[in-house]
Amino acid sequence: MIVEITGLTKIFRDKQQSVTAVDSIDLSVGQGELFGLLGPNGAGKTTTIGICTTRTLPTSGKVRIAGIDVVAHPAIARRNIGVVPQFNTLDRSLTIFENLYFHCKYFGFSGAEARERANALLKQFLLLERAKSFPSQLSGGLQQRIQIARAIAHRPAVLFLDEPSAGLDPQSRIAMWDAVRGLRAEGITVVLTTHYMEEADELCDRVAIIDHGKVLALDSPERLKTTLGANTRIELALHSSDSMQALTERLRSLPKVHSVEPMPGGLRLFAQRIDGLLPELVQAAQSHGVRDISINEPSLETVFIRLTGRDLRE
Amino acid sequence: MSSGTVAHTQGRVSYVGAFAGLMLRDLRVLRREIGPFVVRIIMQPLLFLFVFTFLFPRIGQMGALGGAIFATVLLPGLMAVAIMFSGIAAVALPLSQEFGITREIDDRVMCPLPVAAVAAEKVVFSAIQSILAALLVLPLAIWVPATPVYAHVASWPMLIATLILASLVAGALGLAIGSNVRPQQIGLVFSIVVVPITFLGCVYYPWAALYQIRWLQVLVLANPIVYMSEGLRTALTPGIPHMPSLYVLLALVVSLAVLGTIGLRGFLKKVIS
Repeated sequence: MIVEITGLTKIFRDKQQSVTAVDSIDLSVGQGELFGLLGPNGAGKTTTIGICTTRTLPTSGKVRIAGIDVVAHPAIARRNIGVVPQFNTLDRSLTIFENLYFHCKYFGFSGAEARERANALLKQFLLLERAKSFPSQLSGGLQQRIQIARAIAHRPAVLFLDEPSAGLDPQSRIAMWDAVRGLRAEGITVVLTTHYMEEADELCDRVAIIDHGKVLALDSPERLKTTLGANTRIELALHSSDSMQALTERLRSLPKVHSVEPMPGGLRLFAQRIDGLLPELVQAAQSHGVRDISINEPSLETVFIRLTGRDLRE
Repeated sequence: MSSGTVAHTQGRVSYVGAFAGLMLRDLRVLRREIGPFVVRIIMQPLLFLFVFTFLFPRIGQMGALGGAIFATVLLPGLMAVAIMFSGIAAVALPLSQEFGITREIDDRVMCPLPVAAVAAEKVVFSAIQSILAALLVLPLAIWVPATPVYAHVASWPMLIATLILASLVAGALGLAIGSNVRPQQIGLVFSIVVVPITFLGCVYYPWAALYQIRWLQVLVLANPIVYMSEGLRTALTPGIPHMPSLYVLLALVVSLAVLGTIGLRGFLKKVIS
Protein backbone atom coordinates (compact mmCIF):
# COMPACT_ATOMS: atom_id res chain seq x y z
CA MET A 1 0.00 0.00 0.00
CA ILE A 2 1.32 3.47 -0.90
CA VAL A 3 -1.10 5.46 1.24
CA GLU A 4 -2.40 3.99 4.50
CA ILE A 5 -4.76 6.09 6.56
CA THR A 6 -5.98 4.64 9.84
CA GLY A 7 -8.41 6.16 12.31
CA LEU A 8 -7.61 9.65 11.09
CA THR A 9 -9.34 12.45 12.98
CA LYS A 10 -8.79 16.20 12.83
CA ILE A 11 -10.60 18.59 15.11
CA PHE A 12 -10.01 22.31 14.57
CA ARG A 13 -10.45 24.15 17.84
CA ASP A 14 -10.65 27.83 18.50
CA LYS A 15 -12.11 29.88 21.33
CA GLN A 16 -15.69 29.76 20.13
CA GLN A 17 -16.08 26.28 18.71
CA SER A 18 -14.48 23.03 17.68
CA VAL A 19 -15.08 21.62 14.25
CA THR A 20 -14.49 17.98 13.38
CA ALA A 21 -13.16 18.20 9.86
CA VAL A 22 -12.09 14.58 9.59
CA ASP A 23 -13.86 11.93 11.63
CA SER A 24 -11.94 8.63 12.03
CA ILE A 25 -11.26 7.90 8.39
CA ASP A 26 -9.64 4.65 7.23
CA LEU A 27 -8.41 4.43 3.67
CA SER A 28 -5.70 2.72 1.75
CA VAL A 29 -4.50 3.36 -1.77
CA GLY A 30 -2.49 0.79 -3.69
CA GLN A 31 0.43 1.16 -6.09
CA GLY A 32 -0.55 2.72 -9.41
CA GLU A 33 -4.11 3.41 -8.35
CA LEU A 34 -6.01 6.57 -9.29
CA PHE A 35 -8.04 7.28 -6.19
CA GLY A 36 -10.69 9.94 -5.74
CA LEU A 37 -12.08 11.67 -2.67
CA LEU A 38 -15.50 12.92 -3.72
CA GLY A 39 -17.59 15.19 -1.58
CA PRO A 40 -19.02 18.68 -1.26
CA ASN A 41 -16.95 21.67 -0.13
CA GLY A 42 -16.20 21.39 3.56
CA ALA A 43 -16.50 17.59 3.60
CA GLY A 44 -12.94 17.16 4.92
CA LYS A 45 -11.19 16.27 1.68
CA THR A 46 -8.63 19.07 1.75
CA THR A 47 -7.91 18.48 5.44
CA THR A 48 -7.30 14.79 4.73
CA ILE A 49 -4.88 15.69 1.93
CA GLY A 50 -3.30 18.33 4.18
CA ILE A 51 -2.51 15.66 6.78
CA CYS A 52 -1.23 13.22 4.15
CA THR A 53 1.10 15.90 2.77
CA THR A 54 2.52 16.90 6.21
CA ARG A 55 0.86 20.33 6.20
CA THR A 56 -1.79 19.63 8.81
CA LEU A 57 -1.26 17.77 12.07
CA PRO A 58 -3.91 15.15 12.86
CA THR A 59 -5.71 15.15 16.21
CA SER A 60 -5.44 11.37 16.23
CA GLY A 61 -4.81 8.52 13.83
CA LYS A 62 -1.95 7.69 11.50
CA VAL A 63 -0.97 8.24 7.91
CA ARG A 64 1.80 6.28 6.26
CA ILE A 65 3.07 7.20 2.83
CA ALA A 66 5.18 4.45 1.26
CA GLY A 67 5.60 3.06 4.76
CA ILE A 68 6.79 6.30 6.39
CA ASP A 69 4.78 7.96 9.15
CA VAL A 70 4.08 11.53 7.97
CA VAL A 71 3.75 12.94 11.49
CA ALA A 72 6.88 11.35 12.94
CA HIS A 73 9.11 11.94 9.89
CA PRO A 74 7.58 14.72 7.79
CA ALA A 75 10.78 15.79 6.04
CA ILE A 76 11.54 12.22 4.95
CA ALA A 77 7.93 11.50 4.00
CA ARG A 78 7.91 14.52 1.70
CA ARG A 79 10.37 12.80 -0.62
CA ASN A 80 7.61 10.36 -1.55
CA ILE A 81 4.93 13.02 -1.89
CA GLY A 82 4.03 15.23 -4.82
CA VAL A 83 1.37 17.88 -4.27
CA VAL A 84 -0.69 20.17 -6.45
CA PRO A 85 -2.65 22.32 -3.99
CA GLN A 86 -5.85 24.21 -4.77
CA PHE A 87 -4.09 27.50 -5.24
CA ASN A 88 -1.33 28.24 -7.74
CA THR A 89 2.03 27.92 -5.97
CA LEU A 90 4.38 28.28 -8.93
CA ASP A 91 7.47 30.34 -8.09
CA ARG A 92 6.70 33.67 -9.81
CA SER A 93 10.33 34.77 -9.68
CA LEU A 94 11.51 31.79 -11.73
CA THR A 95 10.91 30.73 -15.33
CA ILE A 96 8.98 27.54 -16.12
CA PHE A 97 12.25 25.68 -16.69
CA GLU A 98 13.69 27.01 -13.43
CA ASN A 99 10.55 26.04 -11.52
CA LEU A 100 11.18 22.44 -12.55
CA TYR A 101 14.97 22.66 -12.27
CA PHE A 102 15.05 24.08 -8.75
CA HIS A 103 12.32 21.74 -7.57
CA CYS A 104 14.64 18.89 -8.58
CA LYS A 105 17.52 20.62 -6.77
CA TYR A 106 15.43 20.80 -3.58
CA PHE A 107 15.17 17.04 -3.81
CA GLY A 108 18.91 16.56 -4.05
CA PHE A 109 19.33 16.10 -7.82
CA SER A 110 22.72 17.11 -9.24
CA GLY A 111 22.74 20.04 -11.66
CA ALA A 112 22.96 17.75 -14.70
CA GLU A 113 20.23 15.42 -13.43
CA ALA A 114 17.95 18.35 -12.62
CA ARG A 115 18.46 19.88 -16.06
CA GLU A 116 17.78 16.57 -17.77
CA ARG A 117 14.66 15.90 -15.70
CA ALA A 118 13.31 19.42 -16.23
CA ASN A 119 13.77 19.14 -20.00
CA ALA A 120 12.16 15.70 -20.08
CA LEU A 121 9.14 17.03 -18.19
CA LEU A 122 8.83 20.07 -20.45
CA LYS A 123 8.72 17.67 -23.39
CA GLN A 124 6.29 15.24 -21.73
CA PHE A 125 3.86 18.00 -20.78
CA LEU A 126 4.21 19.79 -24.13
CA LEU A 127 5.73 22.89 -22.55
CA LEU A 128 9.05 23.09 -24.40
CA GLU A 129 8.37 26.41 -26.12
CA ARG A 130 7.29 27.89 -22.77
CA ALA A 131 10.52 27.01 -20.97
CA LYS A 132 11.71 30.61 -20.70
CA SER A 133 8.30 32.15 -19.85
CA PHE A 134 7.41 33.25 -16.38
CA PRO A 135 4.28 31.77 -14.76
CA SER A 136 2.39 35.08 -14.93
CA GLN A 137 2.67 35.02 -18.73
CA LEU A 138 0.73 31.76 -19.03
CA SER A 139 -2.93 30.79 -18.86
CA GLY A 140 -4.41 29.14 -15.78
CA GLY A 141 -4.67 25.82 -17.60
CA LEU A 142 -1.00 25.85 -18.58
CA GLN A 143 0.07 26.87 -15.08
CA GLN A 144 -1.91 23.94 -13.69
CA ARG A 145 -0.13 21.59 -16.10
CA ILE A 146 3.24 22.97 -14.98
CA GLN A 147 2.25 22.44 -11.35
CA ILE A 148 1.52 18.79 -12.10
CA ALA A 149 4.83 18.42 -13.95
CA ARG A 150 6.67 20.00 -11.03
CA ALA A 151 4.86 17.88 -8.46
CA ILE A 152 6.05 14.64 -10.09
CA ALA A 153 9.54 15.93 -10.96
CA HIS A 154 11.20 14.22 -7.98
CA ARG A 155 9.45 10.93 -8.87
CA PRO A 156 7.24 10.72 -5.77
CA ALA A 157 5.45 7.51 -4.86
CA VAL A 158 2.15 9.33 -4.79
CA LEU A 159 0.78 12.54 -6.27
CA PHE A 160 -1.93 14.45 -4.40
CA LEU A 161 -4.15 16.70 -6.50
CA ASP A 162 -6.46 18.95 -4.50
CA GLU A 163 -9.43 20.03 -6.62
CA PRO A 164 -7.32 19.96 -9.78
CA SER A 165 -10.01 21.33 -12.07
CA ALA A 166 -11.23 24.15 -9.83
CA GLY A 167 -11.13 27.35 -11.84
CA LEU A 168 -10.22 25.69 -15.13
CA ASP A 169 -12.21 26.23 -18.30
CA PRO A 170 -13.72 23.03 -19.81
CA GLN A 171 -10.98 22.71 -22.42
CA SER A 172 -8.17 23.02 -19.85
CA ARG A 173 -9.97 20.55 -17.64
CA ILE A 174 -9.96 17.94 -20.40
CA ALA A 175 -6.26 18.63 -21.03
CA MET A 176 -5.63 18.20 -17.29
CA TRP A 177 -7.53 14.91 -17.28
CA ASP A 178 -5.34 13.71 -20.15
CA ALA A 179 -2.23 14.66 -18.18
CA VAL A 180 -3.50 12.74 -15.14
CA ARG A 181 -4.34 9.70 -17.24
CA GLY A 182 -0.81 9.91 -18.63
CA LEU A 183 0.50 9.62 -15.05
CA ARG A 184 -1.53 6.45 -14.54
CA ALA A 185 0.10 5.03 -17.65
CA GLU A 186 3.47 5.71 -15.97
CA GLY A 187 2.36 3.84 -12.88
CA ILE A 188 2.26 6.88 -10.58
CA THR A 189 -0.26 6.57 -7.75
CA VAL A 190 -2.64 9.51 -7.74
CA VAL A 191 -5.01 10.71 -5.02
CA LEU A 192 -7.32 13.53 -6.04
CA THR A 193 -10.13 15.42 -4.38
CA THR A 194 -13.03 16.77 -6.33
CA HIS A 195 -16.58 17.89 -5.97
CA TYR A 196 -17.27 17.24 -9.65
CA MET A 197 -18.77 13.77 -9.86
CA GLU A 198 -18.03 13.53 -13.57
CA GLU A 199 -14.36 14.08 -12.77
CA ALA A 200 -14.33 11.26 -10.22
CA ASP A 201 -16.30 9.07 -12.58
CA GLU A 202 -14.11 9.83 -15.56
CA LEU A 203 -10.70 9.46 -13.92
CA CYS A 204 -10.74 7.31 -10.83
CA ASP A 205 -10.27 3.59 -10.30
CA ARG A 206 -11.85 3.90 -6.89
CA VAL A 207 -13.80 6.67 -5.23
CA ALA A 208 -14.43 7.40 -1.56
CA ILE A 209 -17.55 9.45 -1.08
CA ILE A 210 -16.94 11.78 1.88
CA ASP A 211 -19.32 13.98 3.80
CA HIS A 212 -18.97 15.61 7.23
CA GLY A 213 -15.51 14.07 7.62
CA LYS A 214 -16.70 10.49 7.19
CA VAL A 215 -16.34 7.99 4.38
CA LEU A 216 -19.86 7.06 3.32
CA ALA A 217 -18.99 4.67 0.52
CA LEU A 218 -15.86 3.37 -1.14
CA ASP A 219 -15.64 1.43 -4.40
CA SER A 220 -15.08 1.73 -8.13
CA PRO A 221 -17.38 4.29 -9.75
CA GLU A 222 -19.08 1.45 -11.65
CA ARG A 223 -19.80 -0.60 -8.57
CA LEU A 224 -20.85 2.43 -6.54
CA LYS A 225 -23.40 3.20 -9.20
CA THR A 226 -24.77 -0.33 -9.48
CA THR A 227 -24.69 -1.48 -5.86
CA LEU A 228 -26.05 1.76 -4.50
CA GLY A 229 -29.13 1.48 -6.67
CA ALA A 230 -28.50 4.26 -9.08
CA ASN A 231 -30.54 3.63 -12.19
CA THR A 232 -30.10 4.28 -15.87
CA ARG A 233 -32.76 6.60 -17.12
CA ILE A 234 -34.29 5.74 -20.51
CA GLU A 235 -36.67 8.08 -22.25
CA LEU A 236 -38.89 6.70 -25.03
CA ALA A 237 -40.44 9.27 -27.36
CA LEU A 238 -43.52 7.78 -29.05
CA HIS A 239 -45.70 8.80 -32.00
CA SER A 240 -48.95 7.40 -30.64
CA SER A 241 -50.29 7.81 -27.16
CA ASP A 242 -53.13 5.23 -27.48
CA SER A 243 -53.48 2.54 -24.79
CA MET A 244 -50.48 3.78 -22.85
CA GLN A 245 -51.64 1.98 -19.77
CA ALA A 246 -51.16 -1.42 -21.42
CA LEU A 247 -47.71 -0.48 -22.69
CA THR A 248 -46.69 0.78 -19.27
CA GLU A 249 -47.75 -2.50 -17.69
CA ARG A 250 -45.91 -4.49 -20.30
CA LEU A 251 -42.68 -2.55 -19.88
CA ARG A 252 -42.89 -2.72 -16.13
CA SER A 253 -42.99 -6.49 -16.36
CA LEU A 254 -39.59 -6.61 -18.09
CA PRO A 255 -37.09 -8.08 -15.60
CA LYS A 256 -34.51 -5.27 -15.52
CA VAL A 257 -36.96 -2.39 -15.46
CA HIS A 258 -37.33 -0.74 -12.11
CA SER A 259 -40.13 1.70 -12.78
CA VAL A 260 -42.02 3.35 -15.63
CA GLU A 261 -43.65 6.72 -15.63
CA PRO A 262 -45.39 8.84 -18.26
CA MET A 263 -43.74 11.93 -19.70
CA PRO A 264 -44.96 14.35 -22.35
CA GLY A 265 -44.83 12.52 -25.69
CA GLY A 266 -43.75 9.17 -24.32
CA LEU A 267 -42.56 7.21 -21.32
CA ARG A 268 -39.64 7.41 -18.89
CA LEU A 269 -38.13 4.17 -17.56
CA PHE A 270 -35.62 3.51 -14.80
CA ALA A 271 -33.61 0.35 -15.24
CA GLN A 272 -30.83 -1.30 -13.29
CA ARG A 273 -28.82 -2.21 -16.38
CA ILE A 274 -29.45 -1.69 -20.04
CA ASP A 275 -27.54 -4.54 -21.70
CA GLY A 276 -30.06 -6.58 -23.71
CA LEU A 277 -32.91 -4.35 -22.66
CA LEU A 278 -33.06 -2.03 -25.65
CA PRO A 279 -34.26 -4.57 -28.27
CA GLU A 280 -37.01 -5.69 -25.92
CA LEU A 281 -38.07 -2.08 -25.34
CA VAL A 282 -38.16 -1.29 -29.03
CA GLN A 283 -40.12 -4.46 -29.73
CA ALA A 284 -42.66 -3.77 -27.00
CA ALA A 285 -43.19 -0.17 -28.04
CA GLN A 286 -43.16 -0.88 -31.78
CA SER A 287 -46.90 -0.47 -32.24
CA HIS A 288 -46.70 3.02 -30.74
CA GLY A 289 -44.07 4.19 -33.21
CA VAL A 290 -40.74 4.85 -31.47
CA ARG A 291 -39.45 8.30 -32.43
CA ASP A 292 -36.41 8.50 -30.23
CA ILE A 293 -34.67 6.76 -27.37
CA SER A 294 -32.33 8.59 -25.01
CA ILE A 295 -30.23 6.86 -22.37
CA ASN A 296 -28.68 8.52 -19.32
CA GLU A 297 -26.12 6.40 -17.52
CA PRO A 298 -26.32 6.36 -13.73
CA SER A 299 -24.06 8.99 -12.17
CA LEU A 300 -22.19 9.40 -8.92
CA GLU A 301 -24.37 12.41 -8.36
CA THR A 302 -27.43 10.17 -7.92
CA VAL A 303 -25.35 7.96 -5.64
CA PHE A 304 -24.38 10.94 -3.54
CA ILE A 305 -27.95 12.15 -3.29
CA ARG A 306 -29.02 8.69 -2.25
CA LEU A 307 -26.35 8.53 0.44
CA THR A 308 -26.76 11.98 1.91
CA GLY A 309 -30.15 13.13 0.78
CA ARG A 310 -28.65 16.25 -0.76
CA ASP A 311 -27.00 17.51 -3.88
CA LEU A 312 -23.20 17.77 -4.15
CA ARG A 313 -23.41 21.48 -4.87
CA GLU A 314 -25.61 22.29 -1.91
CA MET B 1 15.65 -1.24 12.60
CA SER B 2 12.30 0.03 11.40
CA SER B 3 11.85 1.42 7.92
CA GLY B 4 11.38 4.83 9.52
CA THR B 5 14.84 4.76 11.05
CA VAL B 6 16.47 3.74 7.79
CA ALA B 7 14.68 6.52 5.98
CA HIS B 8 15.71 8.93 8.72
CA THR B 9 19.40 8.17 8.28
CA GLN B 10 19.16 8.62 4.51
CA GLY B 11 17.20 11.81 5.10
CA ARG B 12 19.93 13.58 7.06
CA VAL B 13 22.26 13.28 4.09
CA SER B 14 19.77 14.86 1.70
CA TYR B 15 19.05 17.81 4.03
CA VAL B 16 22.30 19.46 2.93
CA GLY B 17 21.36 19.08 -0.73
CA ALA B 18 17.90 20.51 -0.18
CA PHE B 19 19.28 23.49 1.79
CA ALA B 20 21.83 24.14 -0.95
CA GLY B 21 19.01 23.95 -3.51
CA LEU B 22 17.08 26.66 -1.68
CA MET B 23 20.19 28.87 -1.51
CA LEU B 24 20.82 28.38 -5.25
CA ARG B 25 17.23 29.36 -6.00
CA ASP B 26 17.56 32.57 -4.01
CA LEU B 27 20.91 33.29 -5.62
CA ARG B 28 19.36 32.93 -9.08
CA VAL B 29 16.58 35.35 -8.20
CA LEU B 30 19.05 37.83 -6.67
CA ARG B 31 21.34 37.63 -9.71
CA ARG B 32 18.40 38.40 -11.99
CA GLU B 33 17.58 41.47 -9.91
CA ILE B 34 21.07 42.63 -9.07
CA GLY B 35 20.58 46.10 -10.63
CA PRO B 36 17.48 47.01 -8.60
CA PHE B 37 19.14 45.38 -5.55
CA VAL B 38 22.15 47.72 -5.74
CA VAL B 39 20.01 50.79 -6.44
CA ARG B 40 17.72 49.94 -3.53
CA ILE B 41 20.69 49.68 -1.17
CA ILE B 42 22.71 52.72 -2.16
CA MET B 43 20.09 55.39 -2.92
CA GLN B 44 19.06 56.19 0.65
CA PRO B 45 22.55 56.35 2.22
CA LEU B 46 23.95 58.09 -0.84
CA LEU B 47 21.39 60.92 -0.63
CA PHE B 48 21.71 61.06 3.14
CA LEU B 49 25.46 61.43 2.92
CA PHE B 50 25.24 63.88 0.06
CA VAL B 51 22.87 66.24 1.85
CA PHE B 52 24.19 66.03 5.41
CA THR B 53 27.91 65.50 4.94
CA PHE B 54 28.58 67.09 1.56
CA LEU B 55 25.97 69.79 1.08
CA PHE B 56 25.51 71.00 4.66
CA PRO B 57 29.20 71.74 5.41
CA ARG B 58 29.35 73.73 2.17
CA ILE B 59 26.26 75.82 2.89
CA GLY B 60 27.24 76.42 6.47
CA GLN B 61 24.73 74.16 8.24
CA MET B 62 27.32 72.16 10.14
CA GLY B 63 26.80 73.37 13.66
CA ALA B 64 23.47 71.70 14.26
CA LEU B 65 24.71 68.31 13.20
CA GLY B 66 27.36 67.25 15.64
CA GLY B 67 30.18 69.13 13.98
CA ALA B 68 33.16 67.76 12.17
CA ILE B 69 32.87 64.21 13.44
CA PHE B 70 29.36 63.75 12.08
CA ALA B 71 30.52 61.92 8.92
CA THR B 72 32.54 59.55 11.09
CA VAL B 73 29.55 58.89 13.36
CA LEU B 74 27.41 58.18 10.33
CA LEU B 75 29.64 55.58 8.67
CA PRO B 76 28.84 52.66 11.01
CA GLY B 77 25.29 53.92 11.51
CA LEU B 78 24.43 53.91 7.83
CA MET B 79 25.98 50.45 7.47
CA ALA B 80 23.69 49.25 10.28
CA VAL B 81 20.64 50.73 8.55
CA ALA B 82 21.63 49.07 5.26
CA ILE B 83 21.96 45.75 7.09
CA MET B 84 18.57 46.12 8.72
CA PHE B 85 16.75 47.25 5.58
CA SER B 86 18.19 44.34 3.63
CA GLY B 87 16.70 41.95 6.15
CA ILE B 88 13.32 43.62 5.77
CA ALA B 89 13.51 43.70 1.98
CA ALA B 90 14.89 40.17 1.59
CA VAL B 91 12.65 38.39 4.09
CA ALA B 92 9.80 40.43 5.54
CA LEU B 93 8.31 41.82 2.34
CA PRO B 94 8.49 38.67 0.17
CA LEU B 95 7.43 36.36 3.00
CA SER B 96 4.42 38.44 3.92
CA GLN B 97 3.36 38.42 0.26
CA GLU B 98 3.93 34.69 -0.09
CA PHE B 99 1.97 33.82 3.03
CA GLY B 100 -0.80 36.35 2.53
CA ILE B 101 -1.33 36.35 -1.20
CA THR B 102 0.71 34.17 -3.54
CA ARG B 103 1.32 31.03 -1.46
CA GLU B 104 4.33 30.34 -3.66
CA ILE B 105 6.52 29.39 -0.71
CA ASP B 106 4.51 26.16 -0.55
CA ASP B 107 6.79 24.39 -2.99
CA ARG B 108 9.82 25.18 -0.82
CA VAL B 109 8.01 24.15 2.34
CA MET B 110 7.28 20.80 0.68
CA CYS B 111 10.95 20.06 0.04
CA PRO B 112 12.53 17.25 2.06
CA LEU B 113 13.80 19.45 4.91
CA PRO B 114 12.46 20.20 8.37
CA VAL B 115 10.24 23.28 8.00
CA ALA B 116 12.44 25.21 10.44
CA ALA B 117 15.37 24.78 8.05
CA VAL B 118 13.37 26.43 5.25
CA ALA B 119 12.88 29.44 7.53
CA ALA B 120 16.57 29.35 8.53
CA GLU B 121 17.58 29.37 4.87
CA LYS B 122 15.62 32.60 4.39
CA VAL B 123 17.51 34.17 7.30
CA VAL B 124 20.91 32.95 6.13
CA PHE B 125 20.40 34.15 2.57
CA SER B 126 19.13 37.47 3.82
CA ALA B 127 22.25 37.77 5.97
CA ILE B 128 24.41 37.38 2.87
CA GLN B 129 22.50 40.24 1.24
CA SER B 130 22.89 42.34 4.38
CA ILE B 131 26.67 41.87 4.38
CA LEU B 132 26.79 42.86 0.69
CA ALA B 133 24.68 45.92 1.52
CA ALA B 134 26.99 46.97 4.36
CA LEU B 135 30.02 46.60 2.11
CA LEU B 136 28.35 48.69 -0.60
CA VAL B 137 27.65 51.51 1.84
CA LEU B 138 31.19 51.54 3.24
CA PRO B 139 32.92 53.25 0.26
CA LEU B 140 30.08 55.77 -0.05
CA ALA B 141 30.42 56.73 3.59
CA ILE B 142 34.13 57.25 3.15
CA TRP B 143 34.20 59.15 -0.17
CA VAL B 144 31.04 61.25 -0.30
CA PRO B 145 31.47 63.45 2.81
CA ALA B 146 33.20 66.78 2.35
CA THR B 147 34.64 66.53 5.87
CA PRO B 148 37.25 63.90 6.77
CA VAL B 149 36.10 60.43 7.95
CA TYR B 150 38.26 58.86 10.60
CA ALA B 151 37.80 55.14 9.98
CA HIS B 152 40.09 52.14 10.05
CA VAL B 153 39.60 48.50 11.00
CA ALA B 154 40.43 48.47 14.69
CA SER B 155 39.62 44.80 15.10
CA TRP B 156 39.04 42.36 12.25
CA PRO B 157 37.47 39.69 14.48
CA MET B 158 35.07 42.27 15.94
CA LEU B 159 34.19 43.56 12.46
CA ILE B 160 33.52 40.08 11.07
CA ALA B 161 31.60 38.92 14.15
CA THR B 162 29.46 42.08 14.20
CA LEU B 163 28.78 41.96 10.46
CA ILE B 164 27.70 38.31 10.58
CA LEU B 165 25.66 38.56 13.78
CA ALA B 166 24.03 41.87 12.82
CA SER B 167 23.10 40.45 9.41
CA LEU B 168 21.56 37.35 10.96
CA VAL B 169 19.64 39.53 13.43
CA ALA B 170 18.33 41.60 10.49
CA GLY B 171 17.21 38.40 8.75
CA ALA B 172 15.54 37.18 11.93
CA LEU B 173 13.79 40.55 12.29
CA GLY B 174 12.58 40.16 8.70
CA LEU B 175 11.35 36.64 9.48
CA ALA B 176 9.55 37.84 12.60
CA ILE B 177 7.80 40.60 10.66
CA GLY B 178 7.18 38.61 7.48
CA SER B 179 5.61 35.61 9.16
CA ASN B 180 3.48 37.50 11.66
CA VAL B 181 2.23 40.49 9.69
CA ARG B 182 -0.34 40.43 6.91
CA PRO B 183 0.70 42.13 3.66
CA GLN B 184 -1.98 44.82 4.12
CA GLN B 185 -0.35 45.83 7.43
CA ILE B 186 3.26 45.92 6.26
CA GLY B 187 3.06 49.64 5.61
CA LEU B 188 1.86 50.23 9.14
CA VAL B 189 4.67 48.08 10.57
CA PHE B 190 7.11 50.26 8.67
CA SER B 191 5.74 53.34 10.40
CA ILE B 192 5.49 51.93 13.90
CA VAL B 193 8.49 49.58 14.01
CA VAL B 194 11.03 50.08 11.24
CA VAL B 195 11.20 53.87 11.22
CA PRO B 196 11.39 54.25 15.04
CA ILE B 197 14.08 51.59 15.48
CA THR B 198 16.10 53.31 12.77
CA PHE B 199 15.85 56.79 14.28
CA LEU B 200 16.36 55.47 17.81
CA GLY B 201 19.07 52.98 16.74
CA CYS B 202 22.10 55.16 17.55
CA VAL B 203 22.58 55.51 13.81
CA TYR B 204 23.05 59.29 13.70
CA TYR B 205 24.63 59.64 17.14
CA PRO B 206 26.69 57.36 19.39
CA TRP B 207 24.92 55.68 22.30
CA ALA B 208 27.25 57.33 24.82
CA ALA B 209 26.03 60.77 23.66
CA LEU B 210 22.58 59.95 25.02
CA TYR B 211 23.83 60.18 28.64
CA GLN B 212 22.11 63.55 28.99
CA ILE B 213 18.72 61.92 28.41
CA ARG B 214 19.09 58.96 30.68
CA TRP B 215 15.64 57.41 30.20
CA LEU B 216 16.12 57.33 26.45
CA GLN B 217 19.59 55.88 26.81
CA VAL B 218 18.12 52.99 28.80
CA LEU B 219 15.05 52.60 26.58
CA VAL B 220 17.01 52.20 23.34
CA LEU B 221 18.87 49.23 24.82
CA ALA B 222 15.86 47.15 23.73
CA ASN B 223 16.54 48.10 20.11
CA PRO B 224 18.80 45.64 18.24
CA ILE B 225 19.86 48.33 15.74
CA VAL B 226 21.73 50.02 18.59
CA TYR B 227 24.07 47.05 18.87
CA MET B 228 24.58 46.87 15.11
CA SER B 229 25.64 50.54 15.01
CA GLU B 230 27.72 50.37 18.19
CA GLY B 231 29.42 47.11 17.15
CA LEU B 232 30.46 48.58 13.82
CA ARG B 233 31.58 51.75 15.62
CA THR B 234 33.80 49.61 17.87
CA ALA B 235 35.32 47.87 14.85
CA LEU B 236 35.59 50.73 12.38
CA THR B 237 35.58 54.13 14.11
CA PRO B 238 37.21 53.52 17.48
CA GLY B 239 37.75 57.27 17.85
CA ILE B 240 34.03 57.75 18.53
CA PRO B 241 32.72 56.65 21.96
CA HIS B 242 31.25 53.14 21.70
CA MET B 243 29.94 50.24 23.77
CA PRO B 244 32.27 47.47 24.93
CA SER B 245 32.60 44.65 22.37
CA LEU B 246 31.43 41.93 24.71
CA TYR B 247 28.11 43.66 25.49
CA VAL B 248 27.50 44.27 21.81
CA LEU B 249 28.08 40.69 20.79
CA LEU B 250 26.08 39.32 23.70
CA ALA B 251 23.14 41.61 22.91
CA LEU B 252 23.26 40.63 19.24
CA VAL B 253 23.15 36.94 20.18
CA VAL B 254 20.18 37.56 22.50
CA SER B 255 18.40 39.58 19.78
CA LEU B 256 19.00 36.76 17.31
CA ALA B 257 17.55 34.21 19.73
CA VAL B 258 14.47 36.31 20.55
CA LEU B 259 13.66 37.46 17.01
CA GLY B 260 14.53 34.04 15.59
CA THR B 261 12.12 32.34 17.99
CA ILE B 262 9.29 34.79 17.25
CA GLY B 263 9.94 34.45 13.53
CA LEU B 264 10.15 30.67 13.55
CA ARG B 265 6.97 30.34 15.61
CA GLY B 266 5.10 32.56 13.18
CA PHE B 267 6.53 30.65 10.23
CA LEU B 268 5.54 27.24 11.60
CA LYS B 269 2.08 28.53 12.43
CA LYS B 270 1.66 29.77 8.88
CA VAL B 271 2.72 26.55 7.14
CA ILE B 272 1.45 23.82 9.50
CA SER B 273 -2.14 23.83 10.73
